[in-house]
Amino acid sequence: MVEDTSVKIEVVDLHKSFSNNQVLRGVNLEVRNGESMVVIGGSGVGKSVLIKCIIGLLRPDSGSIRVDGQEVTSLNEKSLNEIRKKFGMLFQAGALFDSLSVWENVGFGLKHHTSLRDGEIKAIAVEKLGLVGLSHVEDLMPSELSGGMRKRVSLARAIAIEPEILLYDEPTTGLDPIMADVINELIVQMRKKLQVTSIAITHDMVSAYKIADRIAMLYEGKIIEVGTPQQNRDSRNAIVQQFIQGRAEGPIKVR
Amino acid sequence: MNSVFGYIGGHFIRFLQESGRITMLFGQTIVLIFRPPFDVREPLSQMEEIGVRSIPVVVITAAFTGMVLALQSFTGFRRFHAETLVGTVVALSVTRELGPVLTGLMVSGRVGSAMAAELGTMRVTEQIDALHTLATNPVKYLIVPRFLASLVMFPILVVFADIIGIMGGYFVSVKILGTNPTIYIRRTWDYLELNDIYSGLLKACVFGMIMATISCYQGFYTEGGAEGVGKATTRAVVLSSLLILISNYFITALLF
Ligand SMILES: Nc1ncnc2c1ncn2[C@@H]1O[C@H](COP(=O)(O)OP(=O)(O)O)[C@@H](O)[C@H]1O
Ligand SMILES: [Mg+2]
Repeated sequence: MVEDTSVKIEVVDLHKSFSNNQVLRGVNLEVRNGESMVVIGGSGVGKSVLIKCIIGLLRPDSGSIRVDGQEVTSLNEKSLNEIRKKFGMLFQAGALFDSLSVWENVGFGLKHHTSLRDGEIKAIAVEKLGLVGLSHVEDLMPSELSGGMRKRVSLARAIAIEPEILLYDEPTTGLDPIMADVINELIVQMRKKLQVTSIAITHDMVSAYKIADRIAMLYEGKIIEVGTPQQNRDSRNAIVQQFIQGRAEGPIKVR
Repeated sequence: MNSVFGYIGGHFIRFLQESGRITMLFGQTIVLIFRPPFDVREPLSQMEEIGVRSIPVVVITAAFTGMVLALQSFTGFRRFHAETLVGTVVALSVTRELGPVLTGLMVSGRVGSAMAAELGTMRVTEQIDALHTLATNPVKYLIVPRFLASLVMFPILVVFADIIGIMGGYFVSVKILGTNPTIYIRRTWDYLELNDIYSGLLKACVFGMIMATISCYQGFYTEGGAEGVGKATTRAVVLSSLLILISNYFITALLF
Protein backbone atom coordinates (compact mmCIF):
# COMPACT_ATOMS: atom_id res chain seq x y z
CA MET A 1 0.00 0.00 0.00
CA VAL A 2 1.22 3.49 -0.82
CA GLU A 3 1.98 5.46 2.31
CA ASP A 4 -0.15 8.56 2.58
CA THR A 5 1.24 10.64 5.36
CA SER A 6 -1.12 13.61 5.14
CA VAL A 7 -2.87 14.30 8.42
CA LYS A 8 -6.60 13.55 8.56
CA ILE A 9 -7.33 14.41 12.17
CA GLU A 10 -5.18 16.59 14.36
CA VAL A 11 -5.86 17.11 18.06
CA VAL A 12 -3.77 19.79 19.78
CA ASP A 13 -3.59 20.48 23.52
CA LEU A 14 -7.19 19.44 24.15
CA HIS A 15 -8.66 20.15 27.57
CA LYS A 16 -12.04 19.05 28.87
CA SER A 17 -13.34 18.97 32.41
CA PHE A 18 -16.69 18.33 34.05
CA SER A 19 -17.18 20.71 37.02
CA ASN A 20 -13.97 19.92 38.97
CA ASN A 21 -13.17 16.61 37.28
CA GLN A 22 -10.36 17.34 34.82
CA VAL A 23 -10.67 14.55 32.28
CA LEU A 24 -8.53 15.67 29.32
CA ARG A 25 -5.50 17.74 30.28
CA GLY A 26 -3.71 18.52 27.04
CA VAL A 27 -4.25 15.69 24.58
CA ASN A 28 -2.14 15.74 21.40
CA LEU A 29 -2.86 13.22 18.69
CA GLU A 30 -2.30 13.02 14.95
CA VAL A 31 -4.15 10.51 12.80
CA ARG A 32 -2.93 10.08 9.23
CA ASN A 33 -5.05 9.53 6.19
CA GLY A 34 -6.16 5.89 5.94
CA GLU A 35 -4.59 5.00 9.25
CA SER A 36 -6.12 2.85 11.96
CA MET A 37 -5.37 4.52 15.28
CA VAL A 38 -6.17 2.74 18.51
CA VAL A 39 -6.35 4.69 21.77
CA ILE A 40 -5.89 2.51 24.84
CA GLY A 41 -6.39 3.41 28.46
CA GLY A 42 -8.12 2.29 31.63
CA SER A 43 -11.81 2.65 32.34
CA GLY A 44 -12.79 6.22 33.04
CA VAL A 45 -9.60 7.89 31.78
CA GLY A 46 -11.63 9.79 29.19
CA LYS A 47 -11.39 7.72 26.01
CA SER A 48 -15.07 8.23 25.20
CA VAL A 49 -14.82 11.91 26.08
CA LEU A 50 -11.96 12.23 23.58
CA ILE A 51 -13.85 10.78 20.63
CA LYS A 52 -17.02 12.61 21.60
CA CYS A 53 -15.03 15.84 21.38
CA ILE A 54 -13.70 14.84 17.97
CA ILE A 55 -17.18 14.29 16.52
CA GLY A 56 -18.56 17.35 18.30
CA LEU A 57 -20.85 15.64 20.81
CA LEU A 58 -18.95 17.39 23.58
CA ARG A 59 -17.37 20.83 23.39
CA PRO A 60 -13.80 20.93 24.70
CA ASP A 61 -12.83 23.71 27.11
CA SER A 62 -9.73 24.59 25.11
CA GLY A 63 -7.43 23.23 22.44
CA SER A 64 -7.97 22.50 18.81
CA ILE A 65 -9.32 19.67 16.67
CA ARG A 66 -8.80 19.82 12.91
CA VAL A 67 -10.42 17.45 10.47
CA ASP A 68 -8.94 17.72 6.96
CA GLY A 69 -7.38 20.94 8.19
CA GLN A 70 -10.70 22.45 9.23
CA GLU A 71 -11.09 23.56 12.83
CA VAL A 72 -14.21 21.93 14.30
CA THR A 73 -14.24 23.08 17.92
CA SER A 74 -15.69 26.49 17.08
CA LEU A 75 -18.32 25.38 14.55
CA ASN A 76 -22.02 25.91 15.11
CA GLU A 77 -24.43 22.97 15.01
CA LYS A 78 -25.23 23.45 11.32
CA SER A 79 -21.64 23.43 10.04
CA LEU A 80 -20.86 20.67 12.50
CA ASN A 81 -23.53 18.54 10.84
CA GLU A 82 -21.75 18.98 7.50
CA ILE A 83 -18.49 17.73 9.07
CA ARG A 84 -20.33 14.87 10.75
CA LYS A 85 -21.30 13.48 7.37
CA LYS A 86 -17.63 12.51 7.03
CA PHE A 87 -17.92 10.42 10.16
CA GLY A 88 -19.48 7.13 11.13
CA MET A 89 -19.54 6.12 14.76
CA LEU A 90 -19.97 2.77 16.42
CA PHE A 91 -21.28 3.24 19.95
CA GLN A 92 -20.33 1.00 22.82
CA ALA A 93 -23.77 -0.57 23.24
CA GLY A 94 -24.81 -0.03 19.63
CA ALA A 95 -27.20 2.88 20.28
CA LEU A 96 -29.65 1.49 17.74
CA PHE A 97 -32.97 3.30 17.54
CA ASP A 98 -35.45 1.06 19.40
CA SER A 99 -38.47 2.26 17.48
CA LEU A 100 -37.05 1.56 14.02
CA SER A 101 -36.45 -1.77 12.31
CA VAL A 102 -32.93 -2.94 11.51
CA TRP A 103 -32.99 -1.71 7.90
CA GLU A 104 -34.47 1.65 8.92
CA ASN A 105 -31.64 1.98 11.43
CA VAL A 106 -29.01 1.19 8.82
CA GLY A 107 -30.66 3.48 6.26
CA PHE A 108 -31.26 6.35 8.69
CA GLY A 109 -28.54 8.61 7.30
CA LEU A 110 -29.60 7.90 3.71
CA LYS A 111 -33.23 8.65 4.48
CA HIS A 112 -32.38 11.99 6.05
CA HIS A 113 -29.60 13.18 3.77
CA THR A 114 -30.41 11.81 0.32
CA SER A 115 -33.52 11.75 -1.82
CA LEU A 116 -33.46 7.97 -2.24
CA ARG A 117 -36.78 6.17 -1.97
CA ASP A 118 -37.50 3.58 0.72
CA GLY A 119 -37.05 0.63 -1.64
CA GLU A 120 -33.59 1.81 -2.66
CA ILE A 121 -32.60 2.56 0.92
CA LYS A 122 -33.65 -0.90 2.01
CA ALA A 123 -31.59 -2.47 -0.79
CA ILE A 124 -28.51 -0.51 0.32
CA ALA A 125 -29.19 -1.44 3.96
CA VAL A 126 -29.33 -5.13 3.04
CA GLU A 127 -26.05 -4.76 1.15
CA LYS A 128 -24.33 -3.07 4.13
CA LEU A 129 -25.71 -5.71 6.47
CA GLY A 130 -24.13 -8.26 4.14
CA LEU A 131 -20.78 -6.46 4.52
CA VAL A 132 -20.91 -7.03 8.27
CA GLY A 133 -21.95 -10.65 7.80
CA LEU A 134 -25.64 -10.38 8.58
CA SER A 135 -28.47 -11.63 6.38
CA HIS A 136 -32.23 -11.92 6.85
CA VAL A 137 -32.25 -9.52 9.79
CA GLU A 138 -33.41 -6.38 7.99
CA ASP A 139 -37.02 -6.63 9.14
CA LEU A 140 -36.25 -7.47 12.78
CA MET A 141 -36.46 -4.90 15.57
CA PRO A 142 -33.28 -4.08 17.57
CA SER A 143 -34.74 -5.71 20.69
CA GLU A 144 -34.69 -9.05 18.85
CA LEU A 145 -30.91 -8.97 18.31
CA SER A 146 -28.05 -10.37 20.39
CA GLY A 147 -25.21 -8.12 21.62
CA GLY A 148 -22.87 -9.08 18.81
CA MET A 149 -25.56 -8.57 16.19
CA ARG A 150 -26.42 -5.15 17.61
CA LYS A 151 -22.81 -4.06 17.24
CA ARG A 152 -22.69 -5.31 13.69
CA VAL A 153 -25.94 -3.54 12.79
CA SER A 154 -24.55 -0.41 14.37
CA LEU A 155 -21.41 -0.81 12.25
CA ALA A 156 -23.57 -1.25 9.15
CA ARG A 157 -25.37 1.98 10.06
CA ALA A 158 -22.04 3.76 10.54
CA ILE A 159 -20.75 2.72 7.09
CA ALA A 160 -24.05 3.21 5.23
CA ILE A 161 -23.35 6.83 4.35
CA GLU A 162 -19.82 5.85 3.24
CA PRO A 163 -17.90 7.95 5.74
CA GLU A 164 -14.23 8.84 5.42
CA ILE A 165 -13.64 8.39 9.12
CA LEU A 166 -14.91 5.68 11.46
CA LEU A 167 -14.91 6.01 15.23
CA TYR A 168 -15.23 2.88 17.33
CA ASP A 169 -16.09 3.14 21.03
CA GLU A 170 -14.95 -0.10 22.67
CA PRO A 171 -15.99 -2.29 19.74
CA THR A 172 -15.26 -5.59 21.50
CA THR A 173 -16.25 -4.83 25.09
CA GLY A 174 -18.94 -7.14 26.43
CA LEU A 175 -18.58 -9.73 23.66
CA ASP A 176 -17.34 -13.29 23.93
CA PRO A 177 -13.81 -13.84 22.51
CA ILE A 178 -15.07 -15.35 19.26
CA MET A 179 -17.56 -12.57 18.58
CA ALA A 180 -14.85 -10.08 19.56
CA ASP A 181 -12.62 -11.57 16.89
CA VAL A 182 -15.43 -11.37 14.33
CA ILE A 183 -15.72 -7.65 15.07
CA ASN A 184 -11.94 -7.16 14.92
CA GLU A 185 -11.89 -8.91 11.57
CA LEU A 186 -14.67 -6.63 10.33
CA ILE A 187 -12.80 -3.53 11.42
CA VAL A 188 -9.71 -4.69 9.54
CA GLN A 189 -11.83 -5.41 6.46
CA MET A 190 -13.60 -2.03 6.65
CA ARG A 191 -10.24 -0.39 6.42
CA LYS A 192 -9.10 -2.51 3.48
CA LYS A 193 -12.36 -2.35 1.54
CA LEU A 194 -13.44 1.20 2.27
CA GLN A 195 -10.03 2.86 2.82
CA VAL A 196 -11.36 4.73 5.84
CA THR A 197 -9.37 6.46 8.52
CA SER A 198 -10.35 5.17 11.92
CA ILE A 199 -9.96 5.77 15.61
CA ALA A 200 -10.85 2.94 17.95
CA ILE A 201 -10.76 3.19 21.71
CA THR A 202 -10.41 0.07 23.76
CA HIS A 203 -8.82 -1.56 26.75
CA ASP A 204 -8.75 -4.92 24.99
CA MET A 205 -5.11 -5.43 23.96
CA VAL A 206 -5.85 -8.44 21.76
CA SER A 207 -8.17 -6.25 19.75
CA ALA A 208 -5.73 -3.31 19.77
CA TYR A 209 -2.87 -5.39 18.32
CA LYS A 210 -5.13 -6.88 15.70
CA ILE A 211 -6.61 -3.68 14.30
CA ALA A 212 -4.04 -0.97 14.95
CA ASP A 213 -1.51 0.66 12.65
CA ARG A 214 -0.51 2.74 15.63
CA ILE A 215 -1.43 2.62 19.29
CA ALA A 216 -1.71 5.67 21.55
CA MET A 217 -1.99 5.39 25.30
CA LEU A 218 -4.18 7.85 27.21
CA TYR A 219 -3.22 8.27 30.84
CA GLU A 220 -4.11 11.01 33.33
CA GLY A 221 -5.59 13.21 30.63
CA LYS A 222 -2.67 13.03 28.19
CA ILE A 223 -1.41 10.79 25.40
CA ILE A 224 1.76 9.44 26.97
CA GLU A 225 3.06 7.34 24.09
CA VAL A 226 2.26 6.66 20.42
CA GLY A 227 3.76 3.91 18.30
CA THR A 228 3.25 0.84 16.15
CA PRO A 229 2.01 -2.32 17.87
CA GLN A 230 5.59 -3.58 17.89
CA GLN A 231 6.89 -0.37 19.46
CA ASN A 232 4.05 -0.58 21.95
CA ARG A 233 5.00 -4.11 22.99
CA ASP A 234 8.63 -3.06 23.36
CA SER A 235 7.82 0.14 25.22
CA ARG A 236 10.16 1.00 28.07
CA ASN A 237 7.47 3.14 29.70
CA ALA A 238 6.48 1.43 32.95
CA ILE A 239 2.91 2.71 32.73
CA VAL A 240 2.43 1.28 29.23
CA GLN A 241 4.00 -2.02 30.25
CA GLN A 242 1.77 -2.31 33.30
CA PHE A 243 -1.32 -1.63 31.22
CA ILE A 244 -0.59 -4.02 28.35
CA GLN A 245 0.38 -6.78 30.72
CA GLY A 246 -2.67 -6.12 32.88
CA ARG A 247 -0.88 -6.04 36.22
CA ALA A 248 -2.50 -4.56 39.33
CA GLU A 249 0.87 -3.43 40.69
CA GLY A 250 2.84 -0.62 39.15
CA PRO A 251 2.81 3.12 38.62
CA ILE A 252 -0.85 3.31 37.50
CA LYS A 253 -2.97 4.46 40.40
CA VAL A 254 -6.12 2.35 40.67
CA ARG A 255 -8.96 4.32 42.21
CA MET B 1 -27.52 30.88 59.17
CA ASN B 2 -25.08 31.29 56.32
CA SER B 3 -25.68 27.75 55.11
CA VAL B 4 -29.43 28.33 55.08
CA PHE B 5 -28.96 31.26 52.72
CA GLY B 6 -26.49 29.22 50.72
CA TYR B 7 -28.99 26.40 50.47
CA ILE B 8 -31.86 28.63 49.40
CA GLY B 9 -29.62 30.63 47.06
CA GLY B 10 -28.29 27.47 45.45
CA HIS B 11 -31.79 26.19 44.80
CA PHE B 12 -32.91 29.54 43.49
CA ILE B 13 -30.01 29.70 41.03
CA ARG B 14 -30.71 26.16 39.87
CA PHE B 15 -34.38 27.06 39.45
CA LEU B 16 -33.42 30.03 37.25
CA GLN B 17 -31.00 27.93 35.19
CA GLU B 18 -33.60 25.24 34.70
CA SER B 19 -36.29 27.75 33.69
CA GLY B 20 -33.89 29.28 31.21
CA ARG B 21 -33.06 25.94 29.64
CA ILE B 22 -36.73 24.96 29.39
CA THR B 23 -37.54 28.29 27.75
CA MET B 24 -34.68 27.82 25.29
CA LEU B 25 -35.86 24.33 24.38
CA PHE B 26 -39.37 25.71 23.86
CA GLY B 27 -38.05 28.47 21.59
CA GLN B 28 -35.90 26.04 19.64
CA THR B 29 -38.90 23.74 19.15
CA ILE B 30 -41.07 26.56 17.82
CA VAL B 31 -38.36 27.66 15.36
CA LEU B 32 -37.76 24.10 14.15
CA ILE B 33 -41.48 23.51 13.50
CA PHE B 34 -41.24 25.95 10.61
CA ARG B 35 -37.94 24.69 9.23
CA PRO B 36 -37.94 21.99 6.53
CA PRO B 37 -37.94 19.02 6.13
CA PHE B 38 -41.54 18.59 7.19
CA ASP B 39 -42.42 15.12 8.32
CA VAL B 40 -46.02 13.96 8.59
CA ARG B 41 -45.66 10.34 9.61
CA GLU B 42 -44.05 10.84 13.01
CA PRO B 43 -46.49 13.54 14.23
CA LEU B 44 -49.38 11.33 13.09
CA SER B 45 -48.09 8.35 14.99
CA GLN B 46 -47.59 10.56 18.05
CA MET B 47 -51.14 11.87 17.64
CA GLU B 48 -52.38 8.32 17.78
CA GLU B 49 -50.35 7.67 20.92
CA ILE B 50 -51.32 10.91 22.67
CA GLY B 51 -54.85 11.27 21.37
CA VAL B 52 -56.47 8.02 20.39
CA ARG B 53 -54.94 5.95 23.19
CA SER B 54 -55.96 8.55 25.78
CA ILE B 55 -59.64 8.44 24.89
CA PRO B 56 -60.60 5.75 27.46
CA VAL B 57 -58.95 7.68 30.30
CA VAL B 58 -60.53 10.96 29.19
CA VAL B 59 -63.99 9.42 28.76
CA ILE B 60 -64.03 7.84 32.21
CA THR B 61 -62.65 10.96 33.89
CA ALA B 62 -65.13 13.27 32.17
CA ALA B 63 -68.14 11.01 32.66
CA PHE B 64 -67.69 10.63 36.39
CA THR B 65 -66.82 14.30 36.81
CA GLY B 66 -70.03 15.35 35.06
CA MET B 67 -71.99 12.85 37.13
CA VAL B 68 -70.61 13.91 40.49
CA LEU B 69 -71.06 17.59 39.57
CA ALA B 70 -74.74 16.93 38.92
CA LEU B 71 -75.14 15.16 42.27
CA GLN B 72 -73.32 17.84 44.25
CA SER B 73 -74.93 20.86 42.65
CA PHE B 74 -78.35 19.23 42.94
CA THR B 75 -77.82 18.86 46.70
CA GLY B 76 -76.87 22.51 46.94
CA PHE B 77 -79.50 24.02 44.64
CA ARG B 78 -82.35 22.02 46.17
CA ARG B 79 -81.89 24.02 49.36
CA PHE B 80 -83.21 27.12 47.57
CA HIS B 81 -85.37 25.34 45.01
CA ALA B 82 -83.15 25.99 42.01
CA GLU B 83 -82.68 22.38 40.92
CA THR B 84 -83.24 23.31 37.30
CA LEU B 85 -79.94 25.22 37.25
CA VAL B 86 -77.96 22.01 37.61
CA GLY B 87 -77.65 21.74 33.83
CA THR B 88 -76.15 25.22 33.61
CA VAL B 89 -73.64 24.60 36.37
CA VAL B 90 -72.52 21.31 34.89
CA ALA B 91 -72.08 22.78 31.41
CA LEU B 92 -70.15 25.85 32.57
CA SER B 93 -67.92 23.98 35.02
CA VAL B 94 -67.07 21.29 32.53
CA THR B 95 -66.36 23.46 29.50
CA ARG B 96 -64.57 26.31 31.26
CA GLU B 97 -62.66 24.47 33.93
CA LEU B 98 -62.88 20.79 34.67
CA GLY B 99 -62.78 19.50 31.10
CA PRO B 100 -59.45 21.10 30.21
CA VAL B 101 -57.83 20.83 33.66
CA LEU B 102 -58.70 17.21 34.38
CA THR B 103 -57.94 16.16 30.82
CA GLY B 104 -54.62 18.00 31.06
CA LEU B 105 -53.71 16.33 34.33
CA MET B 106 -54.78 12.83 33.32
CA VAL B 107 -53.13 12.95 29.90
CA SER B 108 -49.96 14.40 31.42
CA GLY B 109 -49.81 11.46 33.79
CA ARG B 110 -50.23 9.01 30.96
CA VAL B 111 -48.35 10.63 28.09
CA GLY B 112 -45.86 12.92 29.86
CA SER B 113 -44.36 10.02 31.78
CA ALA B 114 -44.09 7.97 28.59
CA MET B 115 -42.39 10.84 26.73
CA ALA B 116 -39.87 11.41 29.50
CA ALA B 117 -39.13 7.70 29.83
CA GLU B 118 -38.74 7.24 26.09
CA LEU B 119 -36.43 10.21 25.53
CA GLY B 120 -34.59 9.49 28.78
CA THR B 121 -33.86 5.94 27.67
CA MET B 122 -32.67 7.26 24.32
CA ARG B 123 -30.34 9.65 26.14
CA VAL B 124 -28.76 7.10 28.48
CA THR B 125 -28.36 4.49 25.73
CA GLU B 126 -26.61 7.09 23.54
CA GLN B 127 -29.35 7.06 20.89
CA ILE B 128 -29.54 10.86 21.07
CA ASP B 129 -25.77 11.05 20.54
CA ALA B 130 -26.22 8.66 17.62
CA LEU B 131 -28.75 11.06 16.08
CA HIS B 132 -26.17 13.87 16.30
CA THR B 133 -23.51 11.71 14.64
CA LEU B 134 -25.96 10.95 11.84
CA ALA B 135 -26.18 14.72 11.33
CA THR B 136 -29.79 14.82 12.48
CA ASN B 137 -31.11 17.45 14.88
CA PRO B 138 -32.65 15.47 17.78
CA VAL B 139 -34.91 18.35 18.79
CA LYS B 140 -36.39 18.42 15.29
CA TYR B 141 -36.58 14.64 15.03
CA LEU B 142 -37.84 13.78 18.53
CA ILE B 143 -39.39 16.81 20.18
CA VAL B 144 -41.13 18.66 17.34
CA PRO B 145 -43.49 15.74 16.49
CA ARG B 146 -44.41 15.23 20.14
CA PHE B 147 -44.98 18.94 20.63
CA LEU B 148 -47.17 19.29 17.53
CA ALA B 149 -49.16 16.17 18.35
CA SER B 150 -49.84 17.42 21.90
CA LEU B 151 -50.82 20.86 20.65
CA VAL B 152 -53.36 19.33 18.25
CA MET B 153 -54.67 16.48 20.37
CA PHE B 154 -55.23 18.23 23.72
CA PRO B 155 -58.06 20.46 22.41
CA ILE B 156 -59.63 17.53 20.59
CA LEU B 157 -59.58 15.46 23.77
CA VAL B 158 -61.10 18.39 25.64
CA VAL B 159 -63.98 18.58 23.16
CA PHE B 160 -64.54 14.91 23.92
CA ALA B 161 -64.38 15.55 27.64
CA ASP B 162 -66.88 18.44 27.35
CA ILE B 163 -69.42 16.31 25.52
CA ILE B 164 -69.03 13.28 27.77
CA GLY B 165 -69.06 15.41 30.94
CA ILE B 166 -72.30 17.13 29.95
CA MET B 167 -73.82 13.77 29.06
CA GLY B 168 -72.76 12.40 32.45
CA GLY B 169 -74.50 15.29 34.19
CA TYR B 170 -77.60 14.76 32.08
CA PHE B 171 -77.67 11.06 32.90
CA VAL B 172 -77.53 11.57 36.66
CA SER B 173 -80.00 14.47 36.68
CA VAL B 174 -82.57 12.91 34.41
CA LYS B 175 -82.28 9.19 35.06
CA ILE B 176 -81.42 9.20 38.75
CA LEU B 177 -82.65 12.49 40.21
CA GLY B 178 -85.72 12.70 37.98
CA THR B 179 -85.19 16.18 36.47
CA ASN B 180 -87.31 16.94 33.41
CA PRO B 181 -85.08 16.23 30.37
CA THR B 182 -86.41 19.12 28.24
CA ILE B 183 -85.77 21.65 30.99
CA TYR B 184 -82.32 20.20 31.68
CA ILE B 185 -81.30 20.49 28.05
CA ARG B 186 -82.72 23.99 27.72
CA ARG B 187 -80.86 25.11 30.88
CA THR B 188 -77.66 23.65 29.46
CA TRP B 189 -77.91 25.48 26.12
CA ASP B 190 -79.50 28.76 27.25
CA TYR B 191 -76.56 29.90 29.34
CA LEU B 192 -73.66 28.23 27.55
CA GLU B 193 -71.72 30.65 25.34
CA LEU B 194 -69.21 29.85 22.63
CA ASN B 195 -66.70 31.82 24.70
CA ASP B 196 -66.91 29.23 27.46
CA ILE B 197 -65.90 26.53 25.03
CA TYR B 198 -63.19 28.62 23.36
CA SER B 199 -61.56 29.51 26.67
CA GLY B 200 -61.48 25.81 27.54
CA LEU B 201 -59.87 24.97 24.22
CA LEU B 202 -57.31 27.75 24.59
CA LYS B 203 -56.39 26.29 27.96
CA ALA B 204 -56.06 22.88 26.36
CA CYS B 205 -53.58 24.20 23.79
CA VAL B 206 -51.47 25.79 26.51
CA PHE B 207 -51.59 22.64 28.66
CA GLY B 208 -50.57 20.53 25.68
CA MET B 209 -47.53 22.75 25.04
CA ILE B 210 -46.61 22.73 28.73
CA MET B 211 -46.86 18.95 29.00
CA ALA B 212 -44.86 18.29 25.82
CA THR B 213 -42.13 20.84 26.59
CA ILE B 214 -41.64 19.81 30.22
CA SER B 215 -41.76 16.08 29.58
CA CYS B 216 -39.46 16.21 26.57
CA TYR B 217 -37.08 18.47 28.48
CA GLN B 218 -36.91 16.07 31.42
CA GLY B 219 -36.31 13.09 29.14
CA PHE B 220 -33.90 14.84 26.79
CA TYR B 221 -31.54 15.98 29.56
CA THR B 222 -31.66 12.79 31.62
CA GLU B 223 -28.42 11.90 33.41
CA GLY B 224 -27.42 8.86 35.37
CA GLY B 225 -28.63 5.65 33.77
CA ALA B 226 -31.83 3.78 34.55
CA GLU B 227 -32.22 5.55 37.87
CA GLY B 228 -32.03 8.88 36.09
CA VAL B 229 -34.79 7.81 33.72
CA GLY B 230 -37.03 7.00 36.69
CA LYS B 231 -36.39 10.40 38.24
CA ALA B 232 -36.98 12.20 34.95
CA THR B 233 -40.32 10.43 34.55
CA THR B 234 -41.52 11.44 37.99
CA ARG B 235 -40.34 15.01 37.55
CA ALA B 236 -42.05 15.24 34.16
CA VAL B 237 -45.44 14.35 35.62
CA VAL B 238 -45.16 16.42 38.79
CA LEU B 239 -43.82 19.53 37.08
CA SER B 240 -46.28 19.33 34.15
CA SER B 241 -49.21 18.95 36.53
CA LEU B 242 -48.12 21.85 38.75
CA LEU B 243 -47.53 24.14 35.78
CA ILE B 244 -50.91 23.20 34.32
CA LEU B 245 -52.66 24.14 37.56
CA ILE B 246 -50.71 27.39 37.95
CA SER B 247 -51.12 28.49 34.32
CA ASN B 248 -54.81 27.58 34.56
CA TYR B 249 -55.31 30.25 37.19
CA PHE B 250 -53.55 32.91 35.16
CA ILE B 251 -55.35 32.11 31.90
CA THR B 252 -58.67 32.23 33.75
CA ALA B 253 -57.76 35.53 35.36
CA LEU B 254 -56.74 37.00 31.99
CA LEU B 255 -59.93 35.91 30.25
CA PHE B 256 -62.15 36.78 33.19
N1 LIG C 1 -21.41 14.00 30.23
C1 LIG C 1 -20.60 13.88 31.31
N2 LIG C 1 -20.83 14.62 32.41
C2 LIG C 1 -20.02 14.54 33.49
N3 LIG C 1 -18.95 13.72 33.57
C3 LIG C 1 -18.68 12.95 32.51
C4 LIG C 1 -19.48 12.98 31.32
N4 LIG C 1 -18.96 12.11 30.42
C5 LIG C 1 -17.88 11.56 31.03
N5 LIG C 1 -17.70 12.06 32.27
C6 LIG C 1 -16.62 11.71 33.19
O1 LIG C 1 -15.43 11.71 32.46
C7 LIG C 1 -14.58 10.65 32.86
C8 LIG C 1 -14.16 9.84 31.66
O2 LIG C 1 -15.28 9.17 31.12
P1 LIG C 1 -15.19 8.28 29.79
O3 LIG C 1 -14.58 9.08 28.71
O4 LIG C 1 -16.56 7.76 29.55
O5 LIG C 1 -14.22 7.10 30.22
P2 LIG C 1 -13.74 5.88 29.34
O6 LIG C 1 -12.28 6.07 29.18
O7 LIG C 1 -14.02 4.66 30.16
O8 LIG C 1 -14.49 5.90 28.06
C9 LIG C 1 -15.36 9.87 33.91
O9 LIG C 1 -14.86 10.25 35.17
C10 LIG C 1 -16.77 10.32 33.73
O10 LIG C 1 -17.44 10.31 34.95
MG1 LIG D 1 -16.10 4.74 27.34
